[in-house]
Amino acid sequence: MIRKLRTGTFHTGMTLLSLLWLAPVLWVVVMSVRSFDDIATNGVGSLPHSFTLDTYRQAWTDGGELRALVNSLLVTVPSVLLSLGLAAVAAYALSRYRIPGRRTILLLMLAGNLLPPQILLIPVQKFSELTGLYDTLWALIAVQVGFGLGFYTFVLHGFMRDLPGEIQEAATIDGAGPAQIFARVMLPLTRPALAALGALSFTWIFNDLLWAITVLRTDDRMPVTPALLALQGQFVSSWNVIAAGTVIAAVPTVAVFLRFQRHFISGLAIGAVK
Amino acid sequence: MSVSTIAETAGTETSTVAGTPRRRRRSQRLSPLLVAFVLVPFAVESIWVFWPALQGFWFSLTSWDGQTPPEFIGIDNYAELAGDATFRGALVNTVIWLVLFGGLSVVGGFGMALLLQRERRGVGFYRAALFTPVVFSLVVTALVWRVFYQPDGVADQILRAVGLEHLVRAWLADPQTALYAVILPALWRQIGYVMVLFLAGLKAIDPALHEAARVDGANGWQRLWRVTIPQLKGVNAVVLSVIVIDSLRSFDIVWSLTRGGPYHSSELLSTYMYSAAFQSLRLGYASAIAVVIFVLALAVILGYLVRAFREEA
Repeated sequence: MIRKLRTGTFHTGMTLLSLLWLAPVLWVVVMSVRSFDDIATNGVGSLPHSFTLDTYRQAWTDGGELRALVNSLLVTVPSVLLSLGLAAVAAYALSRYRIPGRRTILLLMLAGNLLPPQILLIPVQKFSELTGLYDTLWALIAVQVGFGLGFYTFVLHGFMRDLPGEIQEAATIDGAGPAQIFARVMLPLTRPALAALGALSFTWIFNDLLWAITVLRTDDRMPVTPALLALQGQFVSSWNVIAAGTVIAAVPTVAVFLRFQRHFISGLAIGAVK
Repeated sequence: MSVSTIAETAGTETSTVAGTPRRRRRSQRLSPLLVAFVLVPFAVESIWVFWPALQGFWFSLTSWDGQTPPEFIGIDNYAELAGDATFRGALVNTVIWLVLFGGLSVVGGFGMALLLQRERRGVGFYRAALFTPVVFSLVVTALVWRVFYQPDGVADQILRAVGLEHLVRAWLADPQTALYAVILPALWRQIGYVMVLFLAGLKAIDPALHEAARVDGANGWQRLWRVTIPQLKGVNAVVLSVIVIDSLRSFDIVWSLTRGGPYHSSELLSTYMYSAAFQSLRLGYASAIAVVIFVLALAVILGYLVRAFREEA
């Protein structure tokens, strides 16, 4: 009896809390399909009295979300691939071969990722101006790769180090060189870790604001996060359009999360249980 | 832990004893390709992280507007920081942020992890609900909550509905509430993240420990303090590092909601640094603020590295 009561309390409490947690999201989605007049007469907090998808069209074309989304993907996809690729080869060499000073190199690379980005902002901006990359997506890709690399290398190193040595020895006896062992043996075995880091880094890079506004200036080149802030300035009190823009900006990371849910969570937990 | 230390000492011993033959084998095995495998990524990070970081320290000793070359002025920037009321306010706000955002997300995340650790019906949904905001960018989070705080928005309507209309105010535009109005959305997003970290840690605890404690007559509260929390030592260290580093880095959410205003009331060191650099164009002074942020993070970074170093042994 007491047990039943406790279970009941638990589920009631948790259901309420979950709804409370999701309420802001649901409510923004609802608001994004309301018309301007509806919001003007009934207020932002009321239940919907209208339905329109014109808000999405406005955010998508007039607000420049389409172009921003393209920019975001042009930055995020190469950044994820490049940083994971570079981190994988570094982790492979550092974990499977006796590179002199390998531990120092690894920790130095990790330390770079732990630095507060503030210390890097001004030098990175000046360096990108110097190299002519300032205000191009290349600068953003480069800094995302450079900054993320240390952490990815560290995680992949831990993963590769724990793979059994016999596989590598067998491949060596069969006459495979380091490159072949990497491509044919290690990479396939590292896939779970790569998937986890891939899902994580996609959201991190896609969601970034600070680096984007540091190395980019032109509105047309901004990825989705700064564009969303600009949208807010453009459609000052059109809360429905801003809500639609917010939904559009959130969809890609939500999609990646739903697709790679398991990897995503395990990626977050990698640091915790090790 | 003890096993790895033993293995470490054993490892160093063998390598010193058998130093010469092993070294020969080592140099044989190191193909140029492997050297490139390490050097190329390291060079990329050097160009975009290590070198800029060193430059950052140097710039903090200069006066620089970004147009003319930087001019060396010694520690003048730091001396100016000491007397800068805005800086002091930002420092205090950063500490408040660390305590409230950090403390509450640990308490909330740990509490939720304890409640939701046992696999049973519905738990998957509850976890997913709490975790959902983690997926959103801080800018998205900010916009969601901006609508919430809007004059006559949902926050005000809720207060009116429960008869507390005297509390209604412009949450983000009132210097008294702006900082806290920004912390709330940040917490909304962080609690689910911390919960996932603790859930992973709780899962790794051997259930036999709890069983033994229960047999010995320990109640739930005692088991929490004597078994669960000590067993989570590793996770606690990670969470602590993540929280401190995240707090000192926090920028996006403040920038999206208030830009540090009104009247610097929600200014953090990170936002002050950004506006000093890219709006006031005082690059040397901004670098000095960045160095302060670095120094504040240093202890945590070193702690994290020491832990990582032990693991790599």
